[in-house]
Amino acid sequence: MASKDAVSRERLFTRRALLLGGAQAVLLSALVGRIYYLQVVESRRFRTMAEDNRISLRLLPPQRGRVLDRFGEPMAVNRQNYRVLLNAELAPNAEAVLAALGEIIPIAEADRRRILRDMRRRRAFVPVTVRENLSWNEVARVEINAPDLPGVSIDVGQTRFYPHGPAAGHLVGYVAAVAENEVGGDPLLEMPGVRIGKSGMEKVHDVPLRGRAGRSRVEVNALGRVVRELDRQEGAPGSELSLTIDMALQSFVTRRLGEDSGAAVVMDVHTGEVLAMASVPAFDPNPFTTGVSARDWDELLRNERTPLVNKAVAGQYAPGSTFKPVVALAALAAGAIAPDHRVVCEGHLDFGDTRFHCWKKEGHGAMNLHEALAQSCDVFFYETARRTGIDRIAAMAHVLGMGERTDIDLPGERPGLMPTREWKLKATGVPWQQGETLVSGIGQGNVLATPLQLAVMTARIVNGGVAVRPRLTRELFGRDGGFVPRQAEFGSVGIPPAHLERVAKALDAVCNSARGTAFRARIEQAGMAMGGKTGTAQVRRISLSERELGLAKPADRPWRERDHALFVGFAPVNAPRYAAVVVIEHGGGGAAVAAPIARDILLETQRRDPSRRQPRGERVAAREGA
Amino acid sequence: MAGRRARGLNPVSLSLADKAWRVNWVLVALLCLIASIGVLMLYSAGNGSLSPWSQRHFARFLAALAVMLAVALVDIRVWLRLAYPAYALALALLVAVEAAGMVGMGAQRWLDLGLFQIQPSEIMKVALVLALARYFHGLNAEEIGRVLYVVPPALMVAAPAVLVMRQPDLGTAALMLLGGAAMFFVAGVRLWKFAAVAAAGLAAMPVAWAMLREYQRNRILTFIDPERDPLGAGYHILQSKIALGSGGLFGKGLLEGTQSHLNFLPEKQTDFIFTMLAEELGMVGCLALLGLYALTLLIAFAIALRSQSLFGRMLGMGVAITFFLYVFINVAMVTGLVPVVGVPLPLVSYGGTAMLTVMVGMGLLMGVDIHRDLRLGRHGEAITS
Repeated sequence: MASKDAVSRERLFTRRALLLGGAQAVLLSALVGRIYYLQVVESRRFRTMAEDNRISLRLLPPQRGRVLDRFGEPMAVNRQNYRVLLNAELAPNAEAVLAALGEIIPIAEADRRRILRDMRRRRAFVPVTVRENLSWNEVARVEINAPDLPGVSIDVGQTRFYPHGPAAGHLVGYVAAVAENEVGGDPLLEMPGVRIGKSGMEKVHDVPLRGRAGRSRVEVNALGRVVRELDRQEGAPGSELSLTIDMALQSFVTRRLGEDSGAAVVMDVHTGEVLAMASVPAFDPNPFTTGVSARDWDELLRNERTPLVNKAVAGQYAPGSTFKPVVALAALAAGAIAPDHRVVCEGHLDFGDTRFHCWKKEGHGAMNLHEALAQSCDVFFYETARRTGIDRIAAMAHVLGMGERTDIDLPGERPGLMPTREWKLKATGVPWQQGETLVSGIGQGNVLATPLQLAVMTARIVNGGVAVRPRLTRELFGRDGGFVPRQAEFGSVGIPPAHLERVAKALDAVCNSARGTAFRARIEQAGMAMGGKTGTAQVRRISLSERELGLAKPADRPWRERDHALFVGFAPVNAPRYAAVVVIEHGGGGAAVAAPIARDILLETQRRDPSRRQPRGERVAAREGA
Repeated sequence: MAGRRARGLNPVSLSLADKAWRVNWVLVALLCLIASIGVLMLYSAGNGSLSPWSQRHFARFLAALAVMLAVALVDIRVWLRLAYPAYALALALLVAVEAAGMVGMGAQRWLDLGLFQIQPSEIMKVALVLALARYFHGLNAEEIGRVLYVVPPALMVAAPAVLVMRQPDLGTAALMLLGGAAMFFVAGVRLWKFAAVAAAGLAAMPVAWAMLREYQRNRILTFIDPERDPLGAGYHILQSKIALGSGGLFGKGLLEGTQSHLNFLPEKQTDFIFTMLAEELGMVGCLALLGLYALTLLIAFAIALRSQSLFGRMLGMGVAITFFLYVFINVAMVTGLVPVVGVPLPLVSYGGTAMLTVMVGMGLLMGVDIHRDLRLGRHGEAITS
């Protein structure tokens, strides 16, 4: 144990200790460098990340714009929806609270189980909806008992309500939850509970009706619970939509159509404003906003009277005799018939090997154009169509708005069909047969038209040849100002006024001459008389044997095989303002079934005279509503 | 120099007053400063409230301070004599804990001392340093050069390290292994032996890997590639870095740390308290705290170097190294330099166990300082030449 040894060990110790100290200094410097890197060099990046952590953007759903009729009558509004929420964090014993709540308002067993399941699944501070659509009475009862119900709160939401139910169902449409493929760019659509327009005007003007969502920046903790609101940017409520519809008239039309299956359209012949458009049977849009049960939906789909289809724009029917004015105008334009041209009707016309029957078995005798339209002589129009040719008839039909979509601002419109030689060859590969021209001449065969197209056709004939187009949107008024769809200057259809006048006179005679097919359905009130044209469209070909056996009576056939009853009309006859079309599916004869309905509708329309009455200042109403 | 002046005193039997005079009050002041930073940060961690952490931390520190002074005033020869028994006791407790854990009755993992709860592994941290100092004190230069004499201390380190790792407590195991290695180094063990052990360690890596628990492996994998699991295991480290980085130069201000107060930061009152300090007080705060630690280390090194006995030098060095390892591993962990292993920041993190361990170590260090002039023979006898 020499002290020499001790000294050398002490030196070794000191050397190594200093080495270790140096190493520690290096390591501590590395820590300082690391801290410098994180806190100074990369500070900005981490600050952004910290803000991202802390700040969460919440959307505030805007109020959806109302839909009003032309006089400001609400057709779609928002109703307060009172909901009971249960906050698990504040209700340690959720089952007991639910039991207590169940004694105040009824809670279904299935709901109870859903609530408890949701509460387990969600984080404690996310409230669970116990029940929606509480009555005011129930709200009051819950509020009174609030002290005994920890964690229970009442929340007010908005639900869409359609005060007129089925009467405007097809027009207004409905809103429903956003489907996955519809989300797109708008973050508003990702919010739970937000609903968007799925059909009708709700769909057409969905974007302006939605409004703009507000934003609230909130501070959240690591669990996502809101600690406080940092700032808030209010959104804008949706624009208010005013339609051309006169809701009172719409209701009247719906009622008048009654239990039948069919459609009716009332339109201003000068402006194209649709004043009423009904399709029956209809559906009530209200249940759709919360979701229709699979059974109800199935029932709607399976109903043979197709309540989900807006027959006014999507129902395509053989126009029958209501097509005759088109054939007449085509013949006049083509010069196929002279003004004093006469055809003798013997009740049928033989063409080739086929015999074409007139609806009047005994025949009309000698008919000129005026008489043939008034009495709806089929033989006259077989002959006239043959002379004119199908392509010219088709061209005239297009001029009058048939065979193509009218482009009305409503989804689901169908184009109808106006056959031509070219179309037949393309569609079936078989050349056009001359006999088909004859059948088309009385609006049968392949000719198809929607009730709306027939209304446009009627309007263009009686408004002096203006190529009017139908529309439903009157005005959109939002915070950003009003938007009125551009009222296109309608051009002329290019038909000589003399021709139009002749046909209009004949349509007058349909209703107002003793031999006219709709004489019995005429309007007798002074100055309100209507003109028009009846139509009875065969759904099924009547065989010769049936004709001879007298089995052709409509009432003897099953509903689906009965004729469609049609009537196109206008009033007042001396200065036409309104056109009305009625189509009753499988209703029977146009004169007997459709004409009286059209008469009542046109009479009511003239009484209300919605086109001349100045709409109340709904701009003001819109501002107040917003 | 105080040491020279004190030569006049009889180093073999110092009176209590002599000892009190020799207490390194600068070191005490430094420790108090560090602990008060802990009290301040725990006040913030409690959202501006003294409860539940701040107040208790303060009380524990006062108690631990008393313990530290008591330890410092005990004659260093007593500690030398107690070194092996203390080590044996700690090892027995560790084995008992392991056995209890195996039978599935692991309730007695903690020893309750009122304000503090002590784990056997904490006792072992101090006992190991004592035992190694004692062992190397008993060797002469020639013996240190022999392989045979290095085996017993190596086993002394390995046995508790393996037991602790099985608990599993990776942090404590790392502290023991690294601290032990550093003590071997200053004791004068040849460098090639370290190389050999390092090589053996590398070879044993697969075995060690197999011993690790699933979450420990995840921590290491996540450390190597933090993007592996940004919402799971990588979340804590990412959030810690965000908190630290967003603090910037001057911090967001006390109580204003968004990451800490909105609970994005895990364990903000214990292992991640440095992150919270960094977020609220910025780099300035970090450097201030690290500066205090560096000063403490400097004093500890000085104490170790000027001790007249090998036991004192080794003991002082062991405490200094352990203290450094605590600080380094914790800060490196929260800044994402090493995997998360669960080592607290001495005197700042909430937790009585670690505080008591650190303060007992500091007491031993001060004891070394007080008895610096005492020269000890191979078996702990005083040499009065």
